Formats: sequence, C-alpha cells, structure tokens
Amino acid sequence: MYKNFLRYLISAIFLITFSISAKADFKVGFVYIGPTGDHGWTYQHDEGRKAVEAAGIKTTYVESVKYGADAERVIRQLAQSGHDLIFTTSFGYMDATNKVAKDFPNVKFEHATGYKREHSNVSTYSARFYQGRTILGHIAGKLTKTNTIGYIASFPIPEVIRGINAMTLAAQKVNPNIKTKIVWVFSWYDPGKEAEAAQALIDQGADIIMQHTDSTAPVQTAEKAGIWSFGQASDMQRFAPKSILTSIIDDWAPYYVQRAIAARDGTWSQQDTWHGLKEGMVAMSPYNKGMGADLVKEAEQLQKDLASGKIHSFTGPIYDQKGNILVAEGKVADDGMLLGMNVYVKGVEGDIPK
Amino acid sequence: MEDLLIRIEKRNDVPTTLYFFTPFIAIILTIIGGGIIFYALGFNPVEALKFYFITPISNLYGFSELLLKATPLCLIAIGLSFCFKSNNWNIGAEGQLTFGAIVGGGVALLFYNQEGFYILPLIIIAGAIGGMIFALIPAILKTYFNTNEILVSLMLVYVSKLILDYLVVGPWSNPEGFNFPETRQFSDSSRMPLLFEGLRIHAGIFIALAAVLVSWFVLYKTYLGFQIKVSGLSLKTAKYAGFKGKTMILIVFMISGACAGLAGVGEITGPIGQLHRMISPDYGFTAIIVAFLGRLNPFGIIFASLVVSLTYLGAETAQIFLQIPQYTGQVFQGMILFFLLASDYLLFFKIKFQNFSKNELRH
Repeated sequence: MYKNFLRYLISAIFLITFSISAKADFKVGFVYIGPTGDHGWTYQHDEGRKAVEAAGIKTTYVESVKYGADAERVIRQLAQSGHDLIFTTSFGYMDATNKVAKDFPNVKFEHATGYKREHSNVSTYSARFYQGRTILGHIAGKLTKTNTIGYIASFPIPEVIRGINAMTLAAQKVNPNIKTKIVWVFSWYDPGKEAEAAQALIDQGADIIMQHTDSTAPVQTAEKAGIWSFGQASDMQRFAPKSILTSIIDDWAPYYVQRAIAARDGTWSQQDTWHGLKEGMVAMSPYNKGMGADLVKEAEQLQKDLASGKIHSFTGPIYDQKGNILVAEGKVADDGMLLGMNVYVKGVEGDIPK
Repeated sequence: MEDLLIRIEKRNDVPTTLYFFTPFIAIILTIIGGGIIFYALGFNPVEALKFYFITPISNLYGFSELLLKATPLCLIAIGLSFCFKSNNWNIGAEGQLTFGAIVGGGVALLFYNQEGFYILPLIIIAGAIGGMIFALIPAILKTYFNTNEILVSLMLVYVSKLILDYLVVGPWSNPEGFNFPETRQFSDSSRMPLLFEGLRIHAGIFIALAAVLVSWFVLYKTYLGFQIKVSGLSLKTAKYAGFKGKTMILIVFMISGACAGLAGVGEITGPIGQLHRMISPDYGFTAIIVAFLGRLNPFGIIFASLVVSLTYLGAETAQIFLQIPQYTGQVFQGMILFFLLASDYLLFFKIKFQNFSKNELRH
C-alpha cells in the first residue's frame, strides 16, 4: 500500500518535471557514434544536420556516444530537453532508441541502419551503399595487377557482408581471377587499427585497398604505399589525392531536411527508407583520371545504369563459397535476402567471423 | 653573490582535518579552471558551469542517473581502496570488471528464458567470483614470482576485453542478432530489479552501499584492516610485526576483484541487459581517481563517486545545450586528479624561498 503510494508519487513528480521542461521551439537532435571530425560516417551525418540547420530548424548533436548504458541516457536527455525529432545514427542504438521512444510518444525517432520499429514513432532509414560497392568492384577488377583486393571491414553484420559481396561480384565480372582478402577490425572508427589492417593487406599482396570503416587512415596508408584506394562515406580525396579512385558518399542531407520539415509540419509518419543512387542518398565523388578515360566512362555508365535500375548489383547466377547457388540465373536478389545477407559469395577468402 | 634558491621541506605535523579538506580545494580549483577553459573557448563560464554541474541533477531523473553512474564507480573504488591502502597497485580493475561481467553474463545466458528467484543471486555471485579469479592472477604472480602487479593487472585488462570480444562475436552471439557482436537480451529473471518505474536506477546500489559499510567495518574495526593499514604505512614494520604479507596481498586483490566483478554484473544485469563489446566506459580506470579523491575512505569514496559521475553527466548536458565538446568531461577528471595531487604535495611539503650566499652552499 505505502510502497505503491510512494511509486505513484515519484511517477507524478517525474511526469511534472517532464511537462515543465516542455518545448518552445521545434528542435532536432542527433546522436553520433564517432567524432564529427572523423571525415567519414559521422562527418556526413553532421553535414546532413547542417543542412537541416540551414533550412531554418534548430539542431543539437552529441558526438562519440558509446553503445550501452550511455546511449539510452543521451537519447532520453534529448527527448526530455524539448527535441521533437531525434536521429540516432548507428546500428548499436537500436534497442535504446526503441526503449526511449516508448516513453516519449510525442517525440519522433529516426534510427539509421536498424530494423526494429517497435513503436509508431520510430522510423528506420538506410542507404543502398552496396550500389556504390558495385562500381568500386568494377574499377578494382580492371585495375588490379596482383588480382588481390584488400578490404578493411568493421563488424560482420549483413550491411558489411553485402558490401563485400557486391564488390566481389562486380570485380569478378571484369576479372574472373579476382580474390578479396578481408581484415576485420571490429570497430567503426579506430585509425590505428585501420592503418595496421591496411598495411597487413598490402603485405599480403593487395594492390587496391577499400574500407568499411570511418577513418581516413586506410587511404593514407595506401597513398604512402603508392597503391590505389577508395574513400568511404565522404569524399576523402584530399587525404590521399593520388591514391583515391573515388569515394562512396553518403548524402543524408535531403532526407534529414525532408523528415525534419515533415515532423515540424505534422506530416511525419513511420516509414522504413532504403534509398540509393537513384534518390541520391548514395553518390560517387569525381572519378580519379589516373584510372584512364575509358574506365572513367565505364564507371559513369555503370553508375547511371545502377541508378535507373537497368543493372542490379546482385544479378544471378550468384554462388556461395561452397558453390551452392544463392540467386538463380536471370533473377535478382530481393530486399529481404539483401537485408539478411549472411554468407560470402564465391571468390571471397576466409570465413565470416562467428 | 647571492642567489635565490627554492627549498622543499617535509612538513612534520599535517592535521588530519586538512588532509580530508584538500579534495574540496581540488574540486573548487577544478571548477575555476573549468570556468577559465570555457571562457577561453568562447562560452559564458557561469552558464557553462551551470549546465555542467547543476542542470544534470536538477530533476529526479537526472539525480537517479547520477546514482546509476556512481554505483559501479563507488563499488570498484571501495575494492581498490583495500589494495591501495596496503601498497598493492591494482590498476586492472577494468579487466576484473570485464571478466566478472563475462562469468556473470555466462550464467545469465545459461538460464536464458528461465524463471527462478535464485537466478539473479547466482549471476551476482558468479560475477564476484569471476572478478576475484581475475584479480588473483596478478596477486599470485606478485607473491610467488615477484612480478610487478601494475604491469600484470594492466595488461590483463586487454586480455579480458579480447576474451569478451571473442565470446560476443562467436559462441555467445545472439542467433537472431544479424551477426552483430552482442549476446541475447537477458531474461527478466536475470535483470536487477528497478527501484522506481521509469527510472533506471536498480538494486545494485544496495550492493555498493553494503560494500561501503562492510569495508568501513573491515578497515577500521578488524585485525585484517589494521594489518592492511600498517603495511600501507610501512612494509618493514608490517614484516617486523610478523604479519603474513603474502596472504594479505592475496586477500586485498580478491576483495578488489570481487568488487569490480560485482560492478560488472551490475552494469550488464542493470542498464545494459546483455553482453557486448562496450560494457564499461572505462569505469575501472576512472575508479582510481575516485578512490584517491575519496582519500581511500569508504564514505569519502561515496562522495567522490558522485562528483566524478557528475563530470560525465555534465559533459553530456553541456554538449546538448551549448555544444561544448564531450571530451571536456575527461579534461575535468584530469584536472581534479591534478589539483588533488598538487594540493597533497603542498600539504606534505613546504616550499621555501631563501637567499643563500654561494659560499655557504659550497660547504
């Protein structure tokens, strides 16, 4: 009896505190996994935030927020301090985002690269980065002399596996002898580890380096070694001007602006967005002329065809490492299969860490 | 010829009250130093400090988060105080926390989807034992092979993190988790009971408070506590008095490891609810600052854990409201430690400016 009373009393105080801190202005909050100066993933999300700000909407961000207990507090604090829309920009914030969303039904949440939408105020969004990987694969397959492509990978989640496979398939199409070597660094941002991984791959004969991590260390290592590389998430060209062939650019700005305006005007509704080259969420930075004018033309054409849908990154026949058929001849992989991708295609070396 | 010379002399009688007062001086100096930094960064220092030290705890939720953050820090620092008081430099509490969480988390996964009042206590005990075993490694190596416990305990931190990496990537990863390096969410029977609806503060805080009381009793009311303190003051005296040094080293490390292990299970069964690669934002290292700021005194440690937790929360709030970089939190923690050590130095030594003639010096 007394215990219950105490509970209600505390809940009441809790609720009152919430309503007092209620808002004046429409505000959008962003939670970042890395520092805004990573020049990769977080940097691009922050560019998106700046576009929202330029559209006349107030924004706030919190950088380098660790997964786990801290993430939930930061998201909750943003919701509590009058933010109306909150973007949580890393996979690991999935459970925390949904937990907080439950307690703040009037706040809208947007979670990047996740799959859980447990409440009607949670949307998810991601980009079809794999389309960019197809272009990288094509270029790499044409340029490699050692037939070995080095790939620095973060976590063995479908997102990353999909990129490895898309790249390998495109490279095989132009060069059947291609091998993809992978080093897992188990981090999104760790310049030290990423540089070591790049060096290890170069030592194993890779003459083209690409990465699914966020720092500029791999391209800088490649530049020093005098080999080709590809930038990730943002245009990394200025960090390795000779080495970088092109970068896959994540352009979140149009999506962020559109969603922020929708939330402000009351037209926001839950959705699951997966945009690519066609919508411009994935873009390619200018191609390095060092690859030759013909190859630049091919890459540009491929980019157009991927955007228009004429070419699909995962067109059969596709085999797994053991030679079992994954996608039959003439078919393309559907989104469900892409989202759950959990095996390497033929030509990738090693096993997925388990 | 006369030269100005600086002489450093040991002070003979330092009043105990002053000794316990210096942490406050350190905190005040940190606040002043922080204000100067904020000013230099172009922020209004008063406003910035308000967002840093007052806003985070201006409501019930914020205060509960402060307690949530202070719980593991307090628990680990209590354990460390046993080691530090007896001149055993256990720097690897982070590793003991991680290994405790691994063992406790393993038990939680073993009882996945099962009901039973006994599950949570089992997890807690397992976590304490895990931390204890991991702390025994540097202790045994020190007592029997004369290794340096600072190096061994520190390096074991990385070992424990690699073991955790291996488990969450491999055998313990969530089968439905799309290969992301994390285990399943623990069942409700494996979670710490929450104290209030809507708040994350959990029963683990009672473990920390119990640790405070027990450690006070052990340190100040028992023969073991006496031995620990004497060894800390003078190892030779301890040997002369016939204390069993080796056993004592093993015991203090076990206590320290158990506390860190408990902090680890508190986190994974409390706010986190699963194992993944980032279960602790370096609580084990921050607790070293907490232990010293609290003067290795159990009640001082409660106070210190609250202050240091506030620097974490304040860093988040200051970033949300003023966009001050979050790393200022670490700068604050660094400043606290720096000013504490500096005031200690001035407390125990006096600096004299004196004029000497060169002739006098040549004697």
